[in-house]
Amino acid sequence: MKSLLATLALTTALTLPGLAMARPVTLTTTLNNYGGDGAYLALYVTNASGAYVGSLWLAGGKSKYYEHLSDWYAATGGDLAQINGITGASVGAGRTLEITLDLADALFDAGYTLHIDAAVEDMRDSPNEIAVPLTAAGAGSPVPGRRYIASFTYE
Amino acid sequence: MIRTLHRWPGLAAPILVTVLALSGAALSVFPAAERLTAPPPVAGQSVADLAARVAASHPGLEEIRRSPSGRITAWWFVDGKPGSAVVDPATGADVGLADPNGLERWLTNLHRSLFLGDAGRLVMAAGAAAMLVLALSGAALVARRTGGWRRWFAPLRGPLPGRLHVEIARVAVFGLALSGATGLWMTASTFDLLPDGALRPAEPAGVSGEMTFPLERMATLREVPVDALRKLSFPYAGDAEDVFTLATDSGTGLIDQGTGELLSWAGMTGWQQVSETIYMLHTEQGAAVLGLILGLIALSVPVMGATGVVIWAKGRHGRPHLRDNAPAGRAQTVILVGSEGGSTWGFAATLAGALREVGQAVHVAPMSTFDPAHHPSAERFLILAATYGEGEAPASAKGFLDRLERLPEAPPAPLAVLGFGGRSFPAFCAFAATVEATARAKGWPSLLPMGMVDRQSSQDFARWGRALGSALDLPLELAHQPARPEAQGLTLISRRDYGAEVQVPTAILRFALPKATPWARLTGGGFVQFQAGDLLGVLPEGSTLPRFYSLASGSRDGFVEIVVRKLPGGLCSGQLVALQPGDTVQAFLRRNPDFHAGRGRTPLILIGAGTGIGPLAGFIRANARRRPVHLVFGMRHRDSDFLYQKELAAWQAEGRLGQLSTAVSRGARPHYVQDALRAESAEVAEAIRNGAKVMVCGGREMAQGVWRALEEILVPMGLTPAMLKAGGRYVEDVY
Repeated sequence: MKSLLATLALTTALTLPGLAMARPVTLTTTLNNYGGDGAYLALYVTNASGAYVGSLWLAGGKSKYYEHLSDWYAATGGDLAQINGITGASVGAGRTLEITLDLADALFDAGYTLHIDAAVEDMRDSPNEIAVPLTAAGAGSPVPGRRYIASFTYE
Repeated sequence: MIRTLHRWPGLAAPILVTVLALSGAALSVFPAAERLTAPPPVAGQSVADLAARVAASHPGLEEIRRSPSGRITAWWFVDGKPGSAVVDPATGADVGLADPNGLERWLTNLHRSLFLGDAGRLVMAAGAAAMLVLALSGAALVARRTGGWRRWFAPLRGPLPGRLHVEIARVAVFGLALSGATGLWMTASTFDLLPDGALRPAEPAGVSGEMTFPLERMATLREVPVDALRKLSFPYAGDAEDVFTLATDSGTGLIDQGTGELLSWAGMTGWQQVSETIYMLHTEQGAAVLGLILGLIALSVPVMGATGVVIWAKGRHGRPHLRDNAPAGRAQTVILVGSEGGSTWGFAATLAGALREVGQAVHVAPMSTFDPAHHPSAERFLILAATYGEGEAPASAKGFLDRLERLPEAPPAPLAVLGFGGRSFPAFCAFAATVEATARAKGWPSLLPMGMVDRQSSQDFARWGRALGSALDLPLELAHQPARPEAQGLTLISRRDYGAEVQVPTAILRFALPKATPWARLTGGGFVQFQAGDLLGVLPEGSTLPRFYSLASGSRDGFVEIVVRKLPGGLCSGQLVALQPGDTVQAFLRRNPDFHAGRGRTPLILIGAGTGIGPLAGFIRANARRRPVHLVFGMRHRDSDFLYQKELAAWQAEGRLGQLSTAVSRGARPHYVQDALRAESAEVAEAIRNGAKVMVCGGREMAQGVWRALEEILVPMGLTPAMLKAGGRYVEDVY
């Protein structure tokens, strides 16, 4: 069980107007036994119109492979400043990534969507594995991914 | 310098490099297997045709990939579940699982990172670097050993580990250098140290918004042959804004799903192309045959590592550490060493030690690095040189003569040359003589006439030392004890006595084969492997100087046998002849490959007198293949010193010995081996015409008599013993 406890501020999101209050949120991502090497995961948020707002976490050590997290890469242009201080190791098949960070209250029930892109060496890239609207009501209910992610929960 | 560069990676990283090589060899099988199992390609097929066929049988198709081996894989997503399969390009139907092979993945992770992530990658990169350095420095050493790059495949001589090491190296070195260099490049690429990242095609300004254009009619896809395809990603189902992404061997493009038009394109950079080629060369994806060859080559790495360590261990044993070596620039006396097996280094160390005792600053160096400019303070040069083969330079003197010839003028400090060798060989001190002659011709002043040391004789060496001392006006005492293998205790199991009646007490002594240590077994040292004709060094009690006896048995016989005659006042022979079964002596083995019978089928003429029959009897005992053998044996009296009489009769009955001629020197008509030889001159000449090898063992006088007799016998054939000797067909073991 991989457990990462980090208190982080959403760098880009913090610049949005009206953000005053924040609460600790735990994001739990459990992977399938897809029979491959460790997966690269990008967790990021878009707004109601689908525009990129900011990154929450990037699991995977080698920046040269980030282009395989194709939606995140397209949105950020692979800008490493977007994930400065919020990167970690790739996540093995069947393992769980758990991160805790402070998310602004204003991100909930306001049309924001949390996305996860996934990529595994020698297997198909899987952008937008998870696309879950951030709502107070949706907290705690697991969402299945498309290919590599068994379930994702935020609470 | 190159040797050092070769030695340290070889000693520091053999296990790492072996893991790297063996996992690489195992991995090399997969591309070949994939190539064999992949469905056959369809000639001239376009990506449009392939995509249409696969899409027709796979609803929810997301991606088609072509691996360099030609294997086509499809990935799809239907009813919330992903799927993948290897597909047949002719039909688009599934033919097998697309999941990566678990074993291959395990081996890949072992090969590139020892399962240790980035730290492991760096360790393995160090291994690849070690392999590259070993391969390049090894290639230079091979060229040096064989005498130049053009003589790369010249035949080799010397002990087995060294020969094996170089034999394998000259084939493997190219493959290992390639694997090492490409491996390093890939690691650099992985760590983003190379600007070989892919360019992304520009985001299209706009798309048609249509989603239903038939695949088989898309112009861009029709133009690209399947051979060039890397990957075709489909747009998300129902997303009109999304596009096809096409990756080929020349770049990446975005295609409108409503029109099939190319929206934007990014070609490959030069760096990227180089990286792709290197990736192909290293992983052999798409180069299965080359992969298998490199895999086979990688299998040689453990053998090279083991033989390399053995060579190093042996060399270290033979070459003493040069303690107190004065810096090259400050040395008054410069000793240059030309050594093949390492024993001459021992003499050099003794000489250097004696000179230091009398206050000289001495620098000892191999002849191959000779450069007088390094020795501005030199007052004299001393060259100690062995000879390799027929007068060639020994290993540590390679290139010396060229360096000397190239000098604008000889150094002003005078030179003394001392040659080492064995008088029984045709080229006794021949290389030293060449050095001396070249130096004279160059006008190098002489300190002393050239000296010679026969068979590592401490006496010869001490005599030369006195001459050098008087030339330098220094009191010089050279007490050299040749380095030798560690002696082992040999226990006598039986003895047979002869010759007492004719005043030549002689004994055939048979010792038990000593138990070999695992290290000796591994390196072939000690008494693990020897043949008749090799030498047994015996250390008599009360002396540290060994006496050498020719072996009358080989390791296969399961015992160690020698023939010893008690010499009047002889310390060692006296002790040996007095041995009783159960007693032990301290002894060691010294190889003598020049006096082996060899493997051929050509006849052997064995000539010996007295104890000289020892190795000859050993050759006959080992002659299981019934090679024609003619033994000419000289003794004093048939009833007293007919050594091996019973065995010779039995061997003759078994066919191991063809013809036996004897000469008896005591009696009314004294008869010697040379007389017997003359009496049989017709048979001897016939055998020599058939390629016979002549082997002579015994006293010096007998050997000279045999030489003269053979000269006479060979005249009608237009041959001389010297010509046979030059061709390796006349060998002597004379004492």
